[in-house]
Amino acid sequence: MSQKKIGGHSIDVDANGYMTDMSQWNKEVAAGLAKEAGIDKLTDKHWAVIDYIQKSVKGGEALTIRKLGKSGIVDTKEFYELFPEGPLKKATLISGVPKPAGCI
Amino acid sequence: MTTKKEHHEKFKQVSIILAKGSLEDVYASLVLSNGACMEGIRANLFVTFFGLDAITEKRMDNLHTGIVGNPAMRLPGGIPFPTIVGVIPGMEAVASSMMKAEMDKLDIPPVREFLEMITASGIGTVYACKLACEMFKLEKKDLWEGVHSILTVGEFYEIAAGGPIIFT
Repeated sequence: MSQKKIGGHSIDVDANGYMTDMSQWNKEVAAGLAKEAGIDKLTDKHWAVIDYIQKSVKGGEALTIRKLGKSGIVDTKEFYELFPEGPLKKATLISGVPKPAGCI
Repeated sequence: MTTKKEHHEKFKQVSIILAKGSLEDVYASLVLSNGACMEGIRANLFVTFFGLDAITEKRMDNLHTGIVGNPAMRLPGGIPFPTIVGVIPGMEAVASSMMKAEMDKLDIPPVREFLEMITASGIGTVYACKLACEMFKLEKKDLWEGVHSILTVGEFYEIAAGGPIIFT
């Protein structure tokens, strides 16, 4: 575990760069993490996905691309367009939740 | 010498050949293809021979798992499933629906939906093999609508472009 400065805040991250303490998450941190992941601006759609992910994780649900595609917020195609090159990995990283462990 | 990262960047695509039509073989290819897309790796799924069942409109929703001559086949709880039981009529359908129920619990989508997820990624493409289509008398119109095109083996190698090829 290490610390990093992002969006003017200090956060704890694991070896893969995922936040280990969700209470350190805020919108500035998310915007900073998004920029690092190659997403310059987080749109309303991005924020809606982030909110859905955070609520799902807090509810103890395992996240999959399939679930996101059926969330009613985005379909699979939009999800890939919003978070290119590894949508679930990127979206969870920006949302401040652990890296998903599933295969689907 | 190229580093592992450079190598990965260069071959940010994988080509997967699906040549068998039983449920477990089809799913192996689909999980690999979808998994690649999830990682941002382009996936070219090339479907040939009996694998064509997985992308044939009439058959793709009714794939079965082979239960005869499979020593690893077991009933839930690890009870052996000998070939002699497998030949009883209807057994294959029962085993297949049991397997599908288990998959559903793990949020593994049905074949059609899985293929849709792969192509919706924008980086996953499904191709059919020309020679096998000719053998099985299949035309583009008989195939699932998401199939990009029917390719010769030479065209497949062009698309694979020297990147890794996985034969499942």
